[in-house]
Amino acid sequence: METGTQKLTEGAEAGTGVFVFEESTSKPEIKWRETVRLFCSNIAALLGFIVLVVFVLAGIFGPTLYPADPFELVAAPLSGPGEFTLLGADYLGRDVFIGILYGTRATLLIALTATLVTVFIGITVGALAGFYGGMIDNVLMRITEFFQVLPPLVFSMVIVAVFSSDILVVILAIAVTTWTTEARLTRAEFLKIKEREYVLAARAMGASNLRMITRVILPNAMPPLVIAITLRIGITIIYEAALSFLGLTDPDVMTWGKMIGLSRDFFFDAWWTVTFPGLAILLVVLCIALVGDGLNDAFNPKLRGR
Amino acid sequence: MIGPMKQDNPPNSAKQQTPQGNTALKVDNLSVVFDVKGKPVTILSDITFSVERGETLGIIGESGCGKSMTALALMRMIPSPPGRIAGGEVNLNSENLLEVTKKRMSAVRGKEISMIFQEPMTSLNPVYTVGNQLVETIRRHKTVSATEAQEEAVELLRIVQIPAPEKRIKEYPHQLSGGMRQRIMIAMALVCNPKVLIADEPTTALDVTVQAQIFDLLKDIQQKNGTSIILITHDFGAVSEMADRVLVMYAGFKIEEGTLDEIRNHAAHPYTQGLLRSMPELSTDHDAFRTPLPEIPGSVPDLINRQPGCPFGPRCPSATAKCHEMPPMVDLGANRSVMCWLAVEEGAA
Repeated sequence: METGTQKLTEGAEAGTGVFVFEESTSKPEIKWRETVRLFCSNIAALLGFIVLVVFVLAGIFGPTLYPADPFELVAAPLSGPGEFTLLGADYLGRDVFIGILYGTRATLLIALTATLVTVFIGITVGALAGFYGGMIDNVLMRITEFFQVLPPLVFSMVIVAVFSSDILVVILAIAVTTWTTEARLTRAEFLKIKEREYVLAARAMGASNLRMITRVILPNAMPPLVIAITLRIGITIIYEAALSFLGLTDPDVMTWGKMIGLSRDFFFDAWWTVTFPGLAILLVVLCIALVGDGLNDAFNPKLRGR
Repeated sequence: MIGPMKQDNPPNSAKQQTPQGNTALKVDNLSVVFDVKGKPVTILSDITFSVERGETLGIIGESGCGKSMTALALMRMIPSPPGRIAGGEVNLNSENLLEVTKKRMSAVRGKEISMIFQEPMTSLNPVYTVGNQLVETIRRHKTVSATEAQEEAVELLRIVQIPAPEKRIKEYPHQLSGGMRQRIMIAMALVCNPKVLIADEPTTALDVTVQAQIFDLLKDIQQKNGTSIILITHDFGAVSEMADRVLVMYAGFKIEEGTLDEIRNHAAHPYTQGLLRSMPELSTDHDAFRTPLPEIPGSVPDLINRQPGCPFGPRCPSATAKCHEMPPMVDLGANRSVMCWLAVEEGAA
């Protein structure tokens, strides 16, 4: 009777919805395995994941397997796809395909690094604000709001224009302007989780504040953060492309946004110079969104079966 | 086996000699205040008690009377803000826990004084295996290698009578039943063989048979290690089973204290008497079930707009005009006291 209701709530709270029998001797099914299974059953997410893996592999191994210089003039200027090169050449005769291939590495590298920095700042600020509350929370949240009201793209442009268009500056410019979403999300999760009894119990066992933040609360706050981080990679790619499009990027590095930006005057004469890099951006960002959506469904059993 | 207690002498401890060598924990005039909308509200008023080594003290009272707050205050875990400890002393090992540094306090927690909670369902971190959580607690307080800690964790699970501990240690909390989780919480609390174990309604969420097992386990551990247990509950049955002495709380006051027998059979405070009357008793007489259970009319006083006088006055069947004044704490012998005007009059008569 009483235990029955307890077990039901237990299932609901554990987030598995699976009825756990009291003296269950069956093989333990670990939660993440269930999550992976749910993710794989989502066709769109799985497809997105596969396409992403292809892009990542191309970014890692492409330049090694296909050594070339994306800045080299190899074909007649503005020659179409198939004439001299697979995807045509731009106004200087640079191979669009090689540009995309080399741009994959640079774009993904900038996007991943900028995401890491963004997430690091966001989680640190959010965790401190949510955990300590009070004055610390107030100060950190006012700072967050300050960054939130500035249009991130304009802010990034200013930073790159003022400092230099070095690749590191571009990464930091993107990170410094966009961490607020992660900070707010982390803070909200911390505020929710720190009221849980196991947090109190951990404190009663003598856990220090640092341990409470990093080992007790943060792992429990991860599911929504993982989804946010995934989507953040896509957003960062778009920011990077936008900055590159405006020419605010490292002149020695070929990126997709830069290809579009350089060729924007030739769009009506040579569509391939702009379209193929644009498609690459579209495809990668779309796939990241699909993967993020799939992760969301897999982590959130309430959405299952929809 | 649980390792021998390592005594590290804190450099800044107030060197106070407790008169009774056998007292494990001594609480004097502990007061807790919450700031509600800028107004201080007293949640605990001058709570004084002590616990002997190897003794179980039951703290009983209805919801919101301050039982759990007392426990949290002893651990210095009152949510702050809005709460704060307004005064008093908590003496453990001749150091006042309310005065030690935060760092020292966090070393004391789990080592000298441990706590187990009401909800075993939610007291374990869902993302780690129970072994992981035990090992982490062990390594927090003892300098041992990971493998030694692992062995110790298995041993602890064996002490709390978990079958197949080597297997259970690899499982996640959601794979275990409520009773097992509470055993694991107890195992965690026992890592350093603490002097004082606070059990905050440890069996409320468990069914009766499991409750009995948990109590047996606690008694067993107490006998082996000489642990003092503070059992916080609203269940007189639990107190009768476990406690040597009982402290009755009402609206943040200690209103009566005595041995289990004194409280059960010679309750002096009208509130305690009312509590005892409202306890259902098993009877073979079927008609006994048809008579409604006596209750204490009214409800717990509003602590924010506290009326002057005895906190129980408005609900008390024996209240007199005198009860508009705060009754004093009347000493009725060793560790026996009651806060009521009736006791004053009896003493005078």
